[in-house]
Amino acid sequence: MYYRVLQIKYFKPRTLEEAIELLTKVRNSRVLAGGTDLLVDLKTGRVSAEALVDVGAIRELRGIEDLGDRIRIGAATKLQELVESDVIARELPLLRKAVESMGSWQIRNLATVGGNLCNASPAADTAPPLLAYEAELIIVGPRGTRVVPVTKFFTSYRRVALEEGEILKEIVVRKSTWSGWSYIKLGRRSGFTLSIVSVAVLASTRGEVLEDVRIALGSVAPTPIRAYKAEEYLRGREVGLGVLERAAEIAKEEVSPIDDVRASAWYRREMVYRLTLDALKTSLRWS
Amino acid sequence: MRVSFRLNGSWVSVDVEPGEILLDTLRLRLGIRSVKRGCERGECGVCTVLLNGEPVVSCLLLTAQVDSMEVTTVEGLGSDPLFKDLAEEFARRFSIQCGYCTPAILLTTYAYIRKVYEGKRKASVEEIVKAIEGNLCRCGTYPRVVRAVVNTLSRLTTAP
Ligand SMILES: Cc1cc2nc3c(=O)[nH]c(=O)nc-3n(C[C@H](O)[C@H](O)[C@H](O)COP(=O)(O)OP(=O)(O)OC[C@H]3O[C@@H](n4cnc5c(N)ncnc54)[C@H](O)[C@@H]3O)c2cc1C
Ligand code: FES
Ligand code: FES
Repeated sequence: MYYRVLQIKYFKPRTLEEAIELLTKVRNSRVLAGGTDLLVDLKTGRVSAEALVDVGAIRELRGIEDLGDRIRIGAATKLQELVESDVIARELPLLRKAVESMGSWQIRNLATVGGNLCNASPAADTAPPLLAYEAELIIVGPRGTRVVPVTKFFTSYRRVALEEGEILKEIVVRKSTWSGWSYIKLGRRSGFTLSIVSVAVLASTRGEVLEDVRIALGSVAPTPIRAYKAEEYLRGREVGLGVLERAAEIAKEEVSPIDDVRASAWYRREMVYRLTLDALKTSLRWS
Repeated sequence: MRVSFRLNGSWVSVDVEPGEILLDTLRLRLGIRSVKRGCERGECGVCTVLLNGEPVVSCLLLTAQVDSMEVTTVEGLGSDPLFKDLAEEFARRFSIQCGYCTPAILLTTYAYIRKVYEGKRKASVEEIVKAIEGNLCRCGTYPRVVRAVVNTLSRLTTAP
């Protein structure tokens, strides 16, 4: 189908500094991580680039570490490494659940967590959990290092807060205790599928009262989003079916889905209600 | 540009275009025909190879990216005892119809069984199904593939 060879230059720097320099100096160059989004986009012509800067050999960008009060995930860590990591299973089960649902084994062995975020698809499966955990993104570039909360990273449709020459270096999640969590991904089939709607919920309760809750949604707006109004409504309330239904109703009002090849906007809205309700119930072990 | 990697146990050095895809290098330059061309966008899995022992799609990988790594295809596994057992089970269980997906499914299931022995994956039907999610079989041999893997797992009493 594509046959023709991509006409492109290729660089494989060993250090972050070299990579940033290449990205700054080489015209129309792009970061290549796992390539599972970028190579498809280059083959189909959706994206054009003159040079690729492969970050696969930069050690600083790899690995998962438990630093006591926080977890650090290198941006170029493979999705399959996240699935197999004990640290992720123990500390970030919501993220693990979402990553496990992504692509196939062959894809997860190539694809990276940073690539998923930087590609900025509204359907990016690592986004809802990381939005819910309020992860921080460490970004390095020609002007040094800066920290951007993931909640500020997705600026508009397929746009992220990365400037020219910048690289996402790592994702940091502060540890916190949640009494329950839930991730629901609805696709057109049960496995190896992109989401029509996805919902991530973290909840913490004291007795019957919801002390804190976070709701993040994928594929239902130009970017992955948090349902802040639904969260606001729930915080401090006593759990009951009516309350959860009202929250799901509010979440449904917060989304702005579109019709696309996977589903209609109407269906997505209905599913936001249904799945938010289900995810809240699961997180609260409430039925 | 010149790229060197281990292919089925031997080092190869090839001159490739910087934008060349591994699938093309294997088929067109190195004569590896078990690696098939399908969707060319990561969906069907017929282009699967093992990269440092892990299954990946070779259609979404630049040859330049695998420099100094190890690439394995079924051509390189003919004398591997575990692989032989698995292939035999595939034949015995009729896990092959047209055979187009077979080299790729063999590689994926071979890698899965190795993971089971390394204690990294569980031996269960659900896990087998999950492992082969990325291998499309248009002939629908999945139940027979699962059976062949179950049998191989239960026949092996010692680690490969
Ligand atoms: C068959 C198939 C199934 C898929 N299934 C899913 C799925 O279920 N869920 C899902 O969310 N996605 C899915 N994807 C999409 C893709 O696999 C993921 O988004 C993946 O995580 C992208 O990571 P990558 O390392 O391959 O990114 P790449 O393709 O290498 O890069 C993607 C983009 O991000 C930029 N980039 C990458 N890393 C960095 C960095 N560190 N700093 C700055 N910019 C960077 C690149 O320049 C590029 O623009 C699927 C893709 C395929 C082909
Ligand atoms: S040809 Fe590579 S996955 Fe289909
Ligand atoms: S046997 Fe024909 S595609 Fe699988």
